[in-house]
Amino acid sequence: MSRAAALLLVLLALLAAFPAFASSYLLSVVTLILFFAYAGQAWNVMMGFAGQLSLGHSLYVGVGAYAAAILFTRYGIGPWAGVWVSIGVCALLGAAIGFLAFRFGISGVYFALLTIAFAEFTRIGFDHLAITGGPGGLFLKVSQRDSWDLLNLRGPPEMFYYVILALAAGAFLLCRALLGSRAGYYWRAIRENEEAAQALGINTFRWKLLAVMLSAAMTSVAGVFNAFYYNNLFPEQIFHISRSIEIILGPVIGGVGTLFGPVIGAALLTSLADAITEALAALGWEVPGVKQVFYGFVLFAVVMFLPNGIWPAIARRLGVSR
Amino acid sequence: MSWDLVANVAIAGILTGLVYGLMALGLSVIFGVVRVVNFAHGEMMTAAMYAAVVLFSAFGLDPFLATVPVAAAFFVLGYALQAGVINPFITRPEHSQFMLLVAVATILVNALLLGFGPDARNVQVDYQLESFAVGRLLIDKARVFAALLAVVASAGLFAFFRFTLAGKAIRACADNYLGALVVGLNVKHLYALTFGLGAACVAIAGCMMVLLVDVTPVLGPSYTLLAFVIVIVGGLGSMSGALLGGVLIGLSEAMAGLLIQPSAKSMFSFGLLILVLLFRPQGLLGRKSP
Repeated sequence: MSRAAALLLVLLALLAAFPAFASSYLLSVVTLILFFAYAGQAWNVMMGFAGQLSLGHSLYVGVGAYAAAILFTRYGIGPWAGVWVSIGVCALLGAAIGFLAFRFGISGVYFALLTIAFAEFTRIGFDHLAITGGPGGLFLKVSQRDSWDLLNLRGPPEMFYYVILALAAGAFLLCRALLGSRAGYYWRAIRENEEAAQALGINTFRWKLLAVMLSAAMTSVAGVFNAFYYNNLFPEQIFHISRSIEIILGPVIGGVGTLFGPVIGAALLTSLADAITEALAALGWEVPGVKQVFYGFVLFAVVMFLPNGIWPAIARRLGVSR
Repeated sequence: MSWDLVANVAIAGILTGLVYGLMALGLSVIFGVVRVVNFAHGEMMTAAMYAAVVLFSAFGLDPFLATVPVAAAFFVLGYALQAGVINPFITRPEHSQFMLLVAVATILVNALLLGFGPDARNVQVDYQLESFAVGRLLIDKARVFAALLAVVASAGLFAFFRFTLAGKAIRACADNYLGALVVGLNVKHLYALTFGLGAACVAIAGCMMVLLVDVTPVLGPSYTLLAFVIVIVGGLGSMSGALLGGVLIGLSEAMAGLLIQPSAKSMFSFGLLILVLLFRPQGLLGRKSP
């Protein structure tokens, strides 16, 4: 067994045992970390593997969340069926955006701005749709919090913790498998040099489209989790560009294109944000904005001095492969 | 709905659009030369608006006079930002540049929030309530003056790039980075100069904008998006395109607010953005990218 695999197993065992000794506050923090680790992994498929920069991933979180939540609240269809609808809708959405963009030869900055435009367009659209509840929001019934109702995803925080842990672990394994597959090699060829990849006979259009669809589908599941965990949805929040940025932060800070990057990045950023909150509270300096200013400076320092992210630096120390 | 009303709203939209255009011009110039998308553009705009508010409340300085010190300060800050922070990033991948400017934007928005709180601020000058009567139309004085200054500032920038040596050198950098290096141009300095000029455009636009709307820190991201929409529609890197885009978006926002719903107005803008990106990605006045 390789060192990386051993490391991973230890980490997984620790995370599985975590709720037994953690406070409910810590549990919520780690749930958030796993959420961003999962969503970051999904984004990484598109950017880290295939080199297509999306700055509008909140689109898939939002549409995925709304699809499952509307099915659940209006038609009584549970999340395990709803999630497939979310996946399908978002994969189609990703396919449509990818098809349009790649057919018309849009890439780089223009592609990134296109993804923002679609997310913003949808945000304002959802504000004006009756079925989504508009700007007033959509609410899921908060019922019993003490017993596990896994079928309807209603239950205590521990249940959500294990759900997102399973998702994050699953996404990690999926991405690992993808990297070793034909698709993974094609994607990286496209990322490094699209023209050369094309010259080698790779149908770059089709493989880029696949990356967008897969990334969108994975992100939509994060949306479903988001809807059932928080029980409320507002277009203003879930489609907001700051949500897209939050998703991207983890993998960029951790290391774009790596498997551990999104996990490490999410863990670091979420705990950093919390540490800053705690420290400021201890100092009695709780003015709105202070925390984000600190956060901004740390972000600034990391992108400035660790251009490849944190994980590649750590990996070298540990002697494990990236 | 009377035609007078429609004409009034349309004219107001066009005039506001010229101020938008000046803001977007800054973004377009920076991208056209440095090839970095300034994701902190709207945040810089709100910072300039606050600067004008502070100068007004502390010294009673009219926003039109405030443009001089604010533009000068923003030029220096913009120069420093490019020279100290962004220059090392020009060869890095786009997502890395994006993250850097997101960090700058985050710091800016929240520093403003810290300094001024979340409440809306504004300036109050006499001519804000006055208007020119042209036939049956009533046109706000402040809006006319703001639009005029925006046009003058843009013309100044055009002239700079067209006639001065530094302007020509900057255009040379934009056309051919390697060639500019070969003939011995100080590209890093010219990039910083460009960013400074872009920041000065935003500063003037910001000073004008406080005459038209109240400012809050959270306006930043929406101005960033607005500037993107305008420059993409007009043509990223095209100077006249930015002004045309500004006028188009200003007009469409005003008409959408009147005819459909004020809250849906930017949906129209983003719809336009998607269409332009798909069918004319170089923008209305942009050159086809190589």
